[in-house]
Amino acid sequence: MKRPLMLILLFIILLVLAFIMAMCMGKYSVTPLDSLRIIFSKTENIPEMSINVVLGLRLPRILASMLIGAALSVSGTVYQSVFRNPLVSPDYLGVTGGATVGAAAAILLSMGTIYISLFAFIGGIGAMMLTMLIPVLLRNNANVMLVMAGIIVGAAMSSILGFLKYIADSDSQLASIVYWTMGSFSYISMSDLLVAVPIILIPILFLMSISYQIDILSIGEDEAKTLGVNVTLVRTLVLLSATLITACSVCLAGTIGWVGLIIPHLGRLLVGPSTKRLIPLAAVTGALFLLIVDTVTRTISTTEMPVSILTGALGVPFYCWLLYKQRKELI
Amino acid sequence: MIYEIQQLNYRYPSSDRMILCDIDMSVSGGEILTILGKNGAGKSTLLMCMLRLLKPASGKIMLDGSNINDLSERDIAKTVGYVPQIHIPSFPFSVLEFVMMGTASGLGFFEKPSKREREISYQALEALGIDSLSDKPYTNISGGERQKATIARAIVSKPQVILFDEPTAHLDYGSQLLVLKTIKELSEKGFSIVITTHNPDHALLLGGQSALMSSEGSLVVGKTDDILTQESLSRIYDTDIRLEYIDTLCRKACIYSNL
Repeated sequence: MKRPLMLILLFIILLVLAFIMAMCMGKYSVTPLDSLRIIFSKTENIPEMSINVVLGLRLPRILASMLIGAALSVSGTVYQSVFRNPLVSPDYLGVTGGATVGAAAAILLSMGTIYISLFAFIGGIGAMMLTMLIPVLLRNNANVMLVMAGIIVGAAMSSILGFLKYIADSDSQLASIVYWTMGSFSYISMSDLLVAVPIILIPILFLMSISYQIDILSIGEDEAKTLGVNVTLVRTLVLLSATLITACSVCLAGTIGWVGLIIPHLGRLLVGPSTKRLIPLAAVTGALFLLIVDTVTRTISTTEMPVSILTGALGVPFYCWLLYKQRKELI
Repeated sequence: MIYEIQQLNYRYPSSDRMILCDIDMSVSGGEILTILGKNGAGKSTLLMCMLRLLKPASGKIMLDGSNINDLSERDIAKTVGYVPQIHIPSFPFSVLEFVMMGTASGLGFFEKPSKREREISYQALEALGIDSLSDKPYTNISGGERQKATIARAIVSKPQVILFDEPTAHLDYGSQLLVLKTIKELSEKGFSIVITTHNPDHALLLGGQSALMSSEGSLVVGKTDDILTQESLSRIYDTDIRLEYIDTLCRKACIYSNL
């Protein structure tokens, strides 16, 4: 069997093992066998408490961390390919900033969690549309223009967020906003997941189906055109799909940094730059990475730590190692 | 006729200076056309217009009988191969993967290259004598090898014409000749060739047709032997240039008169 396939298979096995372990770990421990029996509805002789913990608390957040890990990694992968820049992350076009502003606005208006998610989603998509609109208004379709537009929109969003924080009630609302921006899987319910799964999985499958167009685009826009690729169409479809995925992840779990930047890098080291192999590998390794991070954050201390603290703490040494491995290629 | 260009004008948006001025030119089947001109005269711009990467201010470009504006990217890619100036791409695709991208114009939107495309691409590598590099990252091979890989990519789609943008730039003295030889062989196999270069000697070696582009963006086209004269070259480059017949080589060569 070929190496990329073997690697993907290996990571799937690791993911399944990590999934079973995550089910058992936590303040209330459950044996691996029991947790498997609970999932497959063979619940004779198992304490009610175990069933509630596994099905009610752990399963949704474990599935959520895997889904969001896969989502951010795939979205980071295709952003990096389209922008031909391995240092790009999914919030490049202001998606995350917009989503945060949306969520903060909903918190300020004292709305419920569903509305916070909805506002975050609208904010994220809105910011991205604004970014895409600037090159159209200036009639310049170059990549650099889009990047600059992303920086402008990102700056505008962080300024608006600053203002919202400034006028927020410092006792309750400000804390909620700050906590939201640090990311957490604790409030995700099974019904949230049912909505999110198609919004995330369908674009991922679509991106996999046009992976060859993405590969050619990653060589350069003019060259891609001369090779017969409809650059504007492919780029728009890729950015829309990736933004949908990112916005959906952000509104489920807040902003989670580093994953979308690191995982594609790791994937490229393992299977090379072809997105046909890279997208599935990034999905599986990203899911594994965030599952591990989330399991650690909820077991390491009595009060739960925001996810971004650990992704950052793990991300820095990991990124240093990646840079060390690639030091000869960076000039 | 592969290309027929009539009254082509080009200027960059928000600029008054005409880069290309009333250009009339045609390329017929199996012909080599070498375009010479100063830096910034508009040689690459002309190629960009011929690939529809730039939109001319006015004029008409007919590609294989159809107006280029009526064709899709895929149609153009099937007829025209393009070898851009050497550059290092951001991602380390293998040489074979890179060459295989030339087959994209024959694939559907959702299609991925199969065994057939892999074989065609490998044959193209063999034809250029770089099949031993097929698994190496494209980012880690020499400039000459990279140029050959790009040529291989241009021929896998079996185009009628191949455009080369300064294929010898950044190459050492020996590699330049190897690339020219490859281009000549491609012409003998029936590909039409359009090439830009800074070295008039390359035009003499390739023979065929030549075009001289003036700094004002106008173009004079004709048989290389007629077009390339001591006077025309000296005028184009604003320098004293000699065309000498070398008896031992039995050919004309282009050299500087002195410093």
